[in-house]
Amino acid sequence: MEVILIFISAVLVNNFVLSYFLGICPFIGVSDKIESAVSMGFAVTFVLTLAAAITWLINRYILIAFNVTFLEYVSFIIVIASLVQFVEMFIRKTSKTLYDALGIYLPLITTNCAILGLALFGALREYSFIQNIVFGIGAGIGYTLALVIMSGIREELDLADVPEPLKGAAITMIIAGLLALAFMGFA
Amino acid sequence: MGGVIILISLASMGGLGLALVLMLVVADKKLSVKEDPRVEKALEILPGANCGACGFAGCGAFAAALVEEKSTVSGCKPGGNETVQKLTDLLGIEETESISPKVARVFCSGGIKETVKDKVYIGIETCISAHLVGGEKACLYSCIGFGDCCEVCQFDAIYMDDNGLPVVDLAKCTGCGECVRACSRNIIGLTDYDEVVHVYCSSHGKGAVTKKICKTGCIACKLCEKDDDTGAVKVIDNLAVIDYGVNKAPVESVNRCPTKVIRVSAPAPGYENMFEAKIKQSQKAVEEKKT
Repeated sequence: MEVILIFISAVLVNNFVLSYFLGICPFIGVSDKIESAVSMGFAVTFVLTLAAAITWLINRYILIAFNVTFLEYVSFIIVIASLVQFVEMFIRKTSKTLYDALGIYLPLITTNCAILGLALFGALREYSFIQNIVFGIGAGIGYTLALVIMSGIREELDLADVPEPLKGAAITMIIAGLLALAFMGFA
Repeated sequence: MGGVIILISLASMGGLGLALVLMLVVADKKLSVKEDPRVEKALEILPGANCGACGFAGCGAFAAALVEEKSTVSGCKPGGNETVQKLTDLLGIEETESISPKVARVFCSGGIKETVKDKVYIGIETCISAHLVGGEKACLYSCIGFGDCCEVCQFDAIYMDDNGLPVVDLAKCTGCGECVRACSRNIIGLTDYDEVVHVYCSSHGKGAVTKKICKTGCIACKLCEKDDDTGAVKVIDNLAVIDYGVNKAPVESVNRCPTKVIRVSAPAPGYENMFEAKIKQSQKAVEEKKT
């Protein structure tokens, strides 16, 4: 039951992008086409899930075991970065199709703050291993959802008559704000 | 106590780092994918503009296709013969088809000053959408003027002048053809570098109509055809068309054209001498024919 709650909370109520404002850079940068938004969302979900598992293990068996939890930032960053590197090599070797599908997005999110945020939240809330992984999947799906909604709006926006001073980044920011307000409705 | 924590921190982080480094080193060895080193070298030779003229997603994809022999070297138009030469040397293959360097030219002279506007267009400021409803100018073969061609150019080689017509910077144009594809009215064409004379109009409208709506349109008067010196110009479907296969520029037709749509083109930098030679040769041929 609690697992379902964590999942829904991560997808909607505490959406990483629209409620915590984590990973805003790709949210603005990669959201101009639905196609690339889906690829990016897929890659982020993949890395978030993996990172959730591995950082839980690091936290439990190294940081807590040796009572050095103040090192969580350092250790999470290096673990996530090398994990993504490793996964990239692995995918490149085993599945060319998946490698091409993830493309540039996989290395792009190595040090995305959404991923560090997930690791830190997991440690803070003292989730169990399963809970942490579900939290990771939920956060990833929430991220994808936000990205796809945003890119859908921006594709429509290309055809809209936007006032001259608001064109480009400005209107994107306004829409991101409105979208965040809309997601507040879930809380 | 403090000392112990420092030691534990060092040991745990150091150990973690070491383990990760080892994992990556082993992974790099075990999981390395063998890539043909020629791909990288071919990529260095290519212009790197990712213009897509070859039909592949970018220079990287083209380089990979070359090495896998899925494409011929001459696919890279912007690179020209120099690139082809280097690539054939690298890949050790023969390439018989040589690239004749091309340059984009805009076959419309009707800017804001020369043409009549009979409509007002309010909407998305791109040629492709304005074209759907007919644009602003009365001539339906004219340049719409929103600069879709300038948007797509990877080489900054085309820009809009004050008169609302695109101008090709011949020094920068590589002949990749992106602007040709972007133009919704098909008034941009790729021409050989050494072609001297072109018809700067694309209108197939009737002469009388064209005359009313554009000061510099082809009115299909056929003066260029008459007493034809080189046989290179024909008026087909209300538009003068130059047969480039004749190999003699129709220099006499240039002088006879009343609306001045047949013009001697500006030579691309480095080709000035070739242009002059070709014009002289054509004039000489005309003289000989007269005597």
